[in-house]
Amino acid sequence: MSTLATAGRRRGKSKLGWNLLGLLVFVTAGFPVYWMLNTAFKPAKDAIDPDPSLLPTGLTLDNFRRALDIADFWGPVGRSLIVSLSVVVIGVVVGMLAALAISRFAFRGRKIVIVGILAVQMIPLVAMIIPVFLLLNDLNQYDKLTGLIITYLTFILPFTVWTLRGFIVNIPKELEEAAMVDGCSRTGAFIRVVFPLLAPGMVATSVYAFIQAWNEYIYALMLMSQEHQTATVWLGNFTTKHGTEYAPMMAGATMMAVPIVVLFLIVQRKMAAGLTAGAVKG
Amino acid sequence: MSAADTTTPAKVPPPRQAPPPAVPKAPRRRRTSGGGAVPWALLAPCLLILALVMGYPLVRLVTLSFQKFGQSQLWGFQPAESVGFDNFGEVLGDSEFWTVVVRTIVFAVGSVVFTMVIGMLIALLLQRVSGWVKTLINIALVASWGMPIIVATTVFKWLFDSDYGVFNALLSKLPGVDMIGHNWFASGPQGLAVIMLLVVWGAVPFVVITLSAGLTQVPSELEEAARLDGAGAWGVFRYVTLPFLKPIVVMLTTLSVIWDMGVFPQVFVMRGGHPEAEFQLLTTYSYDRAFVVNDYAQGSAIALLTVLLLLGVVAVYMRQMLQIGEVE
Repeated sequence: MSTLATAGRRRGKSKLGWNLLGLLVFVTAGFPVYWMLNTAFKPAKDAIDPDPSLLPTGLTLDNFRRALDIADFWGPVGRSLIVSLSVVVIGVVVGMLAALAISRFAFRGRKIVIVGILAVQMIPLVAMIIPVFLLLNDLNQYDKLTGLIITYLTFILPFTVWTLRGFIVNIPKELEEAAMVDGCSRTGAFIRVVFPLLAPGMVATSVYAFIQAWNEYIYALMLMSQEHQTATVWLGNFTTKHGTEYAPMMAGATMMAVPIVVLFLIVQRKMAAGLTAGAVKG
Repeated sequence: MSAADTTTPAKVPPPRQAPPPAVPKAPRRRRTSGGGAVPWALLAPCLLILALVMGYPLVRLVTLSFQKFGQSQLWGFQPAESVGFDNFGEVLGDSEFWTVVVRTIVFAVGSVVFTMVIGMLIALLLQRVSGWVKTLINIALVASWGMPIIVATTVFKWLFDSDYGVFNALLSKLPGVDMIGHNWFASGPQGLAVIMLLVVWGAVPFVVITLSAGLTQVPSELEEAARLDGAGAWGVFRYVTLPFLKPIVVMLTTLSVIWDMGVFPQVFVMRGGHPEAEFQLLTTYSYDRAFVVNDYAQGSAIALLTVLLLLGVVAVYMRQMLQIGEVE
């Protein structure tokens, strides 16, 4: 009885140390996010203090107003929305077909296709800027949203193929077989049995792909002119030759980050499950 | 499948090749034996798009690096002529290139090592803390993971601002330290250390969450047995946990190398679009050559060399992926 109690106490004690360490990790990892929010809602004059207060000094929306004044916000956001949504629709539809092919069929060349699609992901985007720039220039797609959409598929497609494959692999083939025994065609079995089970994975993949497209910076910077900039590039407007307006910039950063982080929070658990299942289980 | 076939060609941008051939209803025997044409028809849109947006530029990247290609070739005033290995000769003969190569490798290795070690430590810690602490850490991690790189870079720029940055203010609170007004970006190594911190901060969450998922798969009986046999915490980790996680660790390390060798917006934005010489990594160096000096051919040669440098790493990763492919 007494030994049990001491064991319990000891376990509680050892947890305390780990918990303190854990809180330290929480504070360190979360600090940049906290500091962005803190600055965004601070009165601008409190932001420029060599000895800034770690706690919020007041709550104001002025920085947000100023951020919207400095440069057109909704234009870039609208363009980012158009680009990201188009990329997601094309990427998920085309990606799902390809994912089906490599996860449900055995065919000659399957391995080469898998390696090819994965290899594409390995090439750093930055290395491709120059030829992509020249390609769009030749196709008369430079500084056009369609050009940006096409180029974003380079990194969205391999991603959707690979993650959707992970989700499909997790759906037992026996379910389809049972449906086919019951008289469904292969297409019918897919639509009635696999598709509903795949839907959550598809939603997660779509959201994730959306976030990736939304966050892209280099191509958006290189392939679009100043007046057609997208949301990520918009954030650069706060830095001028005369310096950086940090408080409005943090307000701008908050406006860009919060919706994305919230979306991310919603799907990340599902995504992590799908990604690891795909990678570990095969 | 036939329904899918009719909808996909519309999604394919400029059909540069004939649309996928009509698929005859292939006889289906067994599940995975699907007749030859169906999987290819399913793959066709994907492969077509990738061929256009990736294959063509890749070929162009290679040909470009063997040509003379500057402003006048871009605008079509002069035809691009082949110059053999001249671009590579110039790049490889430039001592600055080698400085950049070494700097890039040091930067990438540092980022990867810190990311993996910190990520592993946090993943192990998560197993030991109470539920509410775990939730707090997860919230912080997911928030930093989900933050757009550009936002994170902007925020770090603000944290490390020389006059009003909170980091200098916090350091100055330590007795005997006065960092107010210290410019972290006045020197390349210090500035790159800040950028490395940013990269690691952004990369750790993915590693932690993936490793945590892997850790739940480690059979606790095995760890228990090792402990009974007298293994300490390190022994259990080294001989039981780590071997179990090896495939995940290899995958994460490889991906990290690829991502960290490709760091671009962090440096670019931190340095206001014009990284100084001592901040150049291979990516920004290639960009600089192409779009600042307007030598697209040399920029391409540098980009191509970067890709080749990565191929070694990719080879390892590919082997692992192939094994996964075989298991199926």
